[in-house]
Amino acid sequence: MWSKYSHATRIAALTTIGTIILLPIMIFVLGPNMPPGKGTDVGKSQVFDNTVLLIVMTPFTVFILVYVLYSVFAFRADAAEPLRDGAHIRGHMPSQIAWLTITTITVLFLAIFGSAELLSSGAGGGQGPHPISKDKGALPVQVIGQQWEFTYRYPTYGGVETAQLVIPVDRPIAFHVTSLDAIHSFWAYELGVKADANPGVDNVAYVKAKTTRTFQIRCAELCGLWHGYMYDTGKVVSDSQFTSWIAAQRKQFAGSMKYLPPYATSYTPDPTFRAG
Amino acid sequence: MTNARKLIGFNLLTAAILGVIGYYLGWWLGHQITGPSVAYFDDTGQNDIALYLAYLVGVIGFLIGLGFANYPVQRMLGKPPTLREKEQGGWGRYFGLCTDHKVVGIQYLWGIGAFIFIGGLNAMLIRYELLTPTQHAWNGNNYLTLVGLHGAMMMGMMTSGILGPFANYLVPIMIGARRMAFPRIEALTFWLLMAAGFILMTSLAFGGFPTGWTGYEPLSDQANMGMDAYVAFFALVGLSMTLLGLNMLVTVITMRAPGMSWGRLPMFVWGTVATSVLMALAAPVLISTLFMVAMDRTAQTSFFNDQLGGSPYLYENLFWFFGHPEVYILALPGMGILLEILPVFSRKPVWGYRLAVTGMLGIGLLSFLVWQHHLFVSGMNADVRPFYMLSTELISLPTGFIFICALGTLWRGKIRLTVPMLFMLAWIFNFLIGGLSGVFLSDVPSDVTTHGSFFSMAHFHYTIMGGLLFAFFGGIYYWVPKMTGYMINERLGKWHFWIMFLAFNSTFGPLLVIGFLGMPRRAVTYAGYLQGANDWVSVSAFVLGASMLLFLVNFVYSLVFAQVPAGDNPWGSKSVEFQLPSPVPVHNFDVIPTFGPDPYPYGEGVSAGAVQRPAVNPARAER
Amino acid sequence: MKLAAVVGGAVAIAALIAAYVVFLTHGPTPYRPAAQGNTVNLELQTVAAVGPKLSPNENWVSYLINEHGTWTRSTVWTLPANATVHVTVLNYDGQSGLRNPFLSQARGIDGNMFTLNGKKMGSINPDEASHTFAIPDLGVLVPIEGIADDAKNQCDFAPCDASMAHETITFTFHTGKKGHYRWQCFVPCAAGFVYGFGGPMQTIGYMDGFVNVV
Repeated sequence: MWSKYSHATRIAALTTIGTIILLPIMIFVLGPNMPPGKGTDVGKSQVFDNTVLLIVMTPFTVFILVYVLYSVFAFRADAAEPLRDGAHIRGHMPSQIAWLTITTITVLFLAIFGSAELLSSGAGGGQGPHPISKDKGALPVQVIGQQWEFTYRYPTYGGVETAQLVIPVDRPIAFHVTSLDAIHSFWAYELGVKADANPGVDNVAYVKAKTTRTFQIRCAELCGLWHGYMYDTGKVVSDSQFTSWIAAQRKQFAGSMKYLPPYATSYTPDPTFRAG
Repeated sequence: MTNARKLIGFNLLTAAILGVIGYYLGWWLGHQITGPSVAYFDDTGQNDIALYLAYLVGVIGFLIGLGFANYPVQRMLGKPPTLREKEQGGWGRYFGLCTDHKVVGIQYLWGIGAFIFIGGLNAMLIRYELLTPTQHAWNGNNYLTLVGLHGAMMMGMMTSGILGPFANYLVPIMIGARRMAFPRIEALTFWLLMAAGFILMTSLAFGGFPTGWTGYEPLSDQANMGMDAYVAFFALVGLSMTLLGLNMLVTVITMRAPGMSWGRLPMFVWGTVATSVLMALAAPVLISTLFMVAMDRTAQTSFFNDQLGGSPYLYENLFWFFGHPEVYILALPGMGILLEILPVFSRKPVWGYRLAVTGMLGIGLLSFLVWQHHLFVSGMNADVRPFYMLSTELISLPTGFIFICALGTLWRGKIRLTVPMLFMLAWIFNFLIGGLSGVFLSDVPSDVTTHGSFFSMAHFHYTIMGGLLFAFFGGIYYWVPKMTGYMINERLGKWHFWIMFLAFNSTFGPLLVIGFLGMPRRAVTYAGYLQGANDWVSVSAFVLGASMLLFLVNFVYSLVFAQVPAGDNPWGSKSVEFQLPSPVPVHNFDVIPTFGPDPYPYGEGVSAGAVQRPAVNPARAER
Repeated sequence: MKLAAVVGGAVAIAALIAAYVVFLTHGPTPYRPAAQGNTVNLELQTVAAVGPKLSPNENWVSYLINEHGTWTRSTVWTLPANATVHVTVLNYDGQSGLRNPFLSQARGIDGNMFTLNGKKMGSINPDEASHTFAIPDLGVLVPIEGIADDAKNQCDFAPCDASMAHETITFTFHTGKKGHYRWQCFVPCAAGFVYGFGGPMQTIGYMDGFVNVV
């Protein structure tokens, strides 16, 4: 039964079977559990994106693996027999054209799909000072990277600066990421946000958290001696908790608040600072 | 008289002596120029100018000691040049300037090999540190220095990892030439690379460098004097790459034998050509970028200092304009080796020759148009991200050509699973994983999480280590019998392959997951819940390191102790180098051969006359 | 003959690797101050230049610690867990100014207050900051005010003695649970380096170190 089919039919059959088995796993098991999780709007869009990529990759992966393994078993020469050549095939135009067509369509689909996802939400990545997708009602939070600590500033709450990042749930947040010295990268893992902190640059990223939780913050760009220690834990809290927290911060840090410069989108220190 | 001349001749020893003298001369000169009165050097205690001059004069002394000045000086004095560099036989040739392309190839093999092992040792030390979530093993900033040394060593030295040993040795033979177009420049590329590698190691004496292989500003401007070693190292590597690329291009363009038209070049030569184009065009950008870094560090210019009108983005863009072609400089020769070895052990011609050539050249062209995908979250102009997403994903088309050609070559072949063939099949698997993980990184929404994480690190290890290093070892098992005349033990080779392949995937497969779970690159600490996975990876990495030692044992055992003669054609290959005696005689061919229309005359029904059998008298080899 | 050469080569390479590993591990021996019950006293000094006696980089700014009566350049300390640590800092260095004025306010210490020359304070003028003492993972941050520019009898480089112009800062913090914490200075005080954050700011043994809580 098996032997009456050609090599090509068998490979096609095995590829189809493998794909049919794997696709549900990708869609229903692996996909929904892809990082960074669905706790935020951009996180959800990234999970969706990752799932689509997994689905698109599956048939290609299965095909190539099935093909190579099949070839190794089916076309393997007998070690005992003297050296013999295979078929003199130098190409096959229809399959070349088919491959070219399929891969081109896939690649164009991925590029268009990725661009659409990117332009619709910004996907949580740093968009530079002039973001494409803006959210005017978002709560601005400035993230200030310096060697080697992130601090956070809330311009709509009197410009208070804090050592911990706390954001309210269900409210769009605009992170304005900047640096005072070397390049850092603000990575709020569970939020699905990553934006490089460049000196003198306002790098904006949007996010809206859907549940209260804690999240890890790490620096994702090598910034020197304590790069590995530049981590922190942030919190998503309810609106009322956020209001009382920010009031407490304004009280605690009143001492330094009077020295803070007026809020600006990039926190540029005096270039002629003294040293030593 | 002749013996005395040989004794005081130019070799590695005189080079080392003159190099050290030059180093201290430059150091002294730097202090004379700048003096102790310059406030900057006084405050910081770091005289970078002196160190750059020391490296510069040291390298010049090293090259003079090797004999690179002999030829130009003799010509300037109106004397006839000696060709001693090539004529001298014996072991001495390997320890000095030699213009025989086969000697340079073997020099590269040992030199590059030594630095792979140093780079690999650094990787082991990195993984040892990552056994626990907190810093426990290496003092202070030594962890970052190890990361930087490993990265710079592998990304710098390995640019010539395949072109150095194999292209230098094989390209002239494959195109029917007796030498490279510029034999002295060929030797220069090797010795520049060795000087560069040594300079990088001296970084440790000056406090190391904290930036990793990317050397981002402004961190690199803040760094200790060890950073200067990185700058000098990469600039010399860039110089070596530029010269190597130009030399290869000129050789292939001008020195092809009669009948060797472009459509008949072996695939490995095409891989070399594509790589050489990238080397010749990308590496000069690196050299000028590093020159700017050096100026910022010494003459206090501000190319990359935002407070004084410069921009760190400028560095990121310039670096990745070089850096992305660079990763294809590492990958393309592997593709060449893949399509060169697959036909031999499938006993079939390359499937889709033109498609494969288009693929290699297409990858080369596109690799210049994708560099900003390294800056997707950097705050670059947000509007251009869709373009770079598209151009990056477009690269998977020519890469797909390579894959389909490899698969087509296997089709209905007579596959023999020798050690080189196993490495090539592993290449297909590794590069497949590398390519698929690359799709996540090219897609901006997905890249937001994976960027700068262990995921991207594992991705480029799959493409570069899984691609380049597996092809490198495949090339060693395939061509070293030709180079030395001795077989490498097959049984130990298979053990090496299986341990390396399984340990490699057991190391970098989990790292893809760890990256997705939120572990940034180059961080010495990590979240506690990742410890189990990290320990698994570290142990796998140690096994991977052990497999390299197994290779070393096999290599030394086979070539030094067992010495099983390989014969002229141990693999039944039909390419031209295997029709020559092993090792190949100094002059390659008695008569320059004329090539027929089919570079891969495998297959049923192909006449035996299609194989090139150039006339060679092995007796002429020992002259 | 061949065997001897190969074994000899292998031994030589192994020795080189061993030397390399030892070089990488080599670091300062942690200083363990004597604890009275659950209380530890740390006496620190900050100097504008460490001086030729203590370091080849004689012009680098540095923290020093009083180890049994001698001022040494050791910045790795072992402290007991859940201990109360009384810190005294004698600052002989001038004013550099903070890049981020937020860091001029103390946090993570007892009462969020420190004493400056005997006076209780919570924050200082950021322009007058000379250094900070900070253990970010324990939330500890204390700004250290510099001596006035026109102060008499300034200490140019270590060793400095108590008769020279200095500011005295004291505060108390708690070590909490076991761990390996970094401490650092947040003031861009490394003269000559870009952003004032190179050299001594990125080399352990000057303005950075570890607190091993055991």
